[in-house]
Amino acid sequence: MKKLLLSSVIIIIGFTFIGRLSYLQLFRFSPDQTLEDPAIKAIYDYPERGYIYDRNGELLVGNQAAYDVMVIPREVKPLDTLEFCGLLGIDKPTFLQKMKRARTYSPRLPSVLVPQLSKEDYARLQEKMRHFKGFYIQKRSLRYYATNSAANVLGYISEVGEWDLKNNPYYRAGELKGRTGIEQQYEEVLRGRKGVKFIQKDRFNRDIGPYKDGKLDTLPEQGKEIHITLDKALQEYGERLMQGKRGGIVALDPKSGEILAMISGPTYDPALLVGRERSKNYNKLHYDTISKPTWDRSILAEPSPGSPFKTLNALVGLQEGVIDPTTKFRCYNGFYVGNVKRGCHCGGGVRDMNSGIYQSCNAYFAGTFRKIYGKYATTDEGMDVWEKHMRSFGLGGYLGTDLPTGRPGRIPNKAYYDRAYGDNRWASSFIISNSIGQGEVAATPLQLANMTAAIANHGYFYTPHVIKNIGNTGGIDPKYTEPHYTTIDRKHFEPVIQGMANVYKYGTAKWIQIPGVEIAGKTGTVENFVRVNGERMQLTDHSIFVAFAPIENPQIALAVYIENGYYGARYAGHIASLLIEKYIKGEITRKDLEKRMLEKTLEHEYAKPYSGEPFKINEYVW
Amino acid sequence: MSGRGLFGRLDWLTVFLYLLLVLIGWVNIYSTTLSDPNVSIFDFSTLYGKQLFFAGLALLGVILVLFIETNFFERFASIFYIICMVLLLGLFVFGKTIAGATSWYDLGFFNLQPSELAKVATALALAKFLSDIQTDLKLWKHQLYALIIILVPVLLILPQPDPGSALIYFSLFFVLFREGFPLFYLGILLFIIVLFATTLMFGTVWVAIGLVILTVLVYTFKKASLKIPLIPVIGTIILSVLFSLSVNFVYENVFEQRHRDRFALWLGLEKDESKLEEIRKTIGYNTYQSEKAIESGGFFGKGFLEGTRTKGDFVPEQHTDYIFSSVGEEWGFMGTVSVILLFTIFFLRLVQLAERQKNGFNRMYGYGVISILVFHYFINIGMVIGLLPTIGVPLPFFSYGGSGLIFFTMLLFIFLKLDSNRLKDGV
Repeated sequence: MKKLLLSSVIIIIGFTFIGRLSYLQLFRFSPDQTLEDPAIKAIYDYPERGYIYDRNGELLVGNQAAYDVMVIPREVKPLDTLEFCGLLGIDKPTFLQKMKRARTYSPRLPSVLVPQLSKEDYARLQEKMRHFKGFYIQKRSLRYYATNSAANVLGYISEVGEWDLKNNPYYRAGELKGRTGIEQQYEEVLRGRKGVKFIQKDRFNRDIGPYKDGKLDTLPEQGKEIHITLDKALQEYGERLMQGKRGGIVALDPKSGEILAMISGPTYDPALLVGRERSKNYNKLHYDTISKPTWDRSILAEPSPGSPFKTLNALVGLQEGVIDPTTKFRCYNGFYVGNVKRGCHCGGGVRDMNSGIYQSCNAYFAGTFRKIYGKYATTDEGMDVWEKHMRSFGLGGYLGTDLPTGRPGRIPNKAYYDRAYGDNRWASSFIISNSIGQGEVAATPLQLANMTAAIANHGYFYTPHVIKNIGNTGGIDPKYTEPHYTTIDRKHFEPVIQGMANVYKYGTAKWIQIPGVEIAGKTGTVENFVRVNGERMQLTDHSIFVAFAPIENPQIALAVYIENGYYGARYAGHIASLLIEKYIKGEITRKDLEKRMLEKTLEHEYAKPYSGEPFKINEYVW
Repeated sequence: MSGRGLFGRLDWLTVFLYLLLVLIGWVNIYSTTLSDPNVSIFDFSTLYGKQLFFAGLALLGVILVLFIETNFFERFASIFYIICMVLLLGLFVFGKTIAGATSWYDLGFFNLQPSELAKVATALALAKFLSDIQTDLKLWKHQLYALIIILVPVLLILPQPDPGSALIYFSLFFVLFREGFPLFYLGILLFIIVLFATTLMFGTVWVAIGLVILTVLVYTFKKASLKIPLIPVIGTIILSVLFSLSVNFVYENVFEQRHRDRFALWLGLEKDESKLEEIRKTIGYNTYQSEKAIESGGFFGKGFLEGTRTKGDFVPEQHTDYIFSSVGEEWGFMGTVSVILLFTIFFLRLVQLAERQKNGFNRMYGYGVISILVFHYFINIGMVIGLLPTIGVPLPFFSYGGSGLIFFTMLLFIFLKLDSNRLKDGV
């Protein structure tokens, strides 16, 4: 016993030590301690954010310098407060209050005293700055907007929040990140990569040289400039036309799927979300729950497509072989579903495909729709075929556009109706509204424009996108350069396009032709019901218009959706016509038409349901 | 005599382990005190250069020891002891004060710390007394003599004040236990320590309850044949509770706040996070920084000369008492465990050597050497890794410091010299 005592003690001590060391070095150790290590400080070097240009190389978004006056309260020496306040352009109580707030935050760390001085103020202040100990000026880079349009497409940048910090290890508190639009979608391209320098500190927090001789340090990587497909002139013009109206417009180049303009009304000047007034403006825009300026209607609104959808039903009918262009249906100023008559505004008579389209005859398309379903033994089968054709036009699902938001629209399928009516308890007559683009179908303006582009191309489209090229090397995602073919054969498009051309020549849009340009289009008038304060009411119809031009060599395909704009040719048709002329000719020849569109607003329509008084809808006079 | 010469019979394994420890120690001193990598390691203005110089002096000491007649140590042990006690006394008049402790003689080129020397002398004197043919540790009187030999230096060193060094002398009790001093005393000592700590942690009431439960359990589960008289047991419990009550009184009234803070930190008594933060910044700063440095080393360590906290000088006194923290930071778990294993093997080898001595004096001195070294090692590393409260003792062969290295070396090599002659004068 006594011989073993010392040896046992030695061994027990050894085990105890190893146990404690295991706890410290294995259990309590965490590999990312480098960032918490008080002996290492990381200093970041931020590259300039990339510029954004339009399709013609015109600057849309650049950068501007702003100057923050910073203060480190502990280092402040007695100063001439009045003179300093004068230079800063603030009064003494404000100054004292801000100083107090800075001291409360930390006496040792810098706080912002006055954010974002203008260049002039900065110039004035800079000479005198050395007299004021404890204050200094920090340069910051802000976004500069060379356009007052496209706010929702471009997006904005703001400081990262808790969520970003937790989910993306790249960001540190106080850094900026793209929110919404292109700024978010191409965040990593635009921001570049910040450089980092690790400094070894001693216990007095003094620098004692680079950590690991700078082996871990990185140089900042410049943000890349990007070119986007928007046409600045067209975009700005479209937004001017949209003043006082709510709705969305998307214009595409059908040959490439490039988005030429993407307009949502009402919109706002992107510069509002930069600078000293940023948070005030943001709240104003964000909490406007009635006109919703930050809600991009061009990709988020999902109205029923209305009559433009008839063209697709015609194409499906041709593809399925249940009709040919000469097939005729009789219109009784409407058509019957069982004993119930559904109306039509075409004027009645016998309709073939051509006049069915240009007079927008409901009876013609109801008949076509029934024939499609009649071809198959069960409605289920017919539904599947119909749905497959519709989806091939990019409807009823996300298109894959390179913007961070979007909506899928809706192409109803049998599961949808089984849920609504019960299994086998519905028939084609239940869903006949879909033949004329009412009922359960829904599509965003972007989807409508894309559908129009597919018709213009005789059966294929490119995924709509806003990126044109990145940096100097170009190179965009190959998924934007592959054509997507619809399930409709090329030969079937000719008669439908003919009908759409006649919409301008003889049909619903004959008053808004463009001299010298062959256009194919289709009007749409969509009934709409809303709930206001819990009460269901019908409001003035939405005005929808799709078109492409020129017919032989399409350069632009667009969809215009104007909330409560009444019939298709009225607001949507006018605006579509002006945009096409602007894009193809570069100038507007029909000044009176342009003047009317610039001056007219729909504010009175939008005020109606909130007025609390009875009101009329679909008033003919305008 | 065998013809293998003076060094032939040295235990080369121990020498090898010793050299390894000194080398590893020096490498870490180099890392903690390096400021400019372009300066030569032989530059004696740097601390690592000085340590190299001390290692040279230690080597001279080794050669001196090896050439001295073996009998010299036993014969002159008493005189050596008396000289050392005089030197310790002399500190009260001529001592030089460094960091608040009057523990040094200023020899111009070198500060001599007689308490280090006295460890060697006390170990020798104790061995000599115990190995005397007339000494019998079963006698109270001889127990008392042995205690006096140990306690005289303690009483001289405590007022310097240098509680760390004083504490080391208690390690010599291991020699007594080896030679027949009743283990009963060790049991009492441990019992008192446990009572003290548990009283501070849980309070007297719980300690009393715990003791009663323990007693009941022992009586319930003991073999029927084992008779334990009840009266002394109850007496012990009553005495323990009285002691426990006095602990609180002593703790609150005799101890100073700095002592209380150390205990609070060690036993985890302080639960208030803000006060804990305060203690970490003041009295617990060293321990906190040293633990953090070791922790940040992880399994593989940050690499030689790459310890950020070592470089940033975050751990105070890192080249002396806290040298082990740089092992932890730069060499990681692998490094610390290697060092622990190395020390353990080294000590066990020494125990083996001591046990093979035929001569009582040799064995007892050997035990003295081992006890002193192990105690240093235990208190030092225990403190650095946060197991023990802060007590300033160096880590043998590792810590920076001339006196330490030289006297630890002498202490060891006197034993190795004795061991090398064990066959010749075995009686």
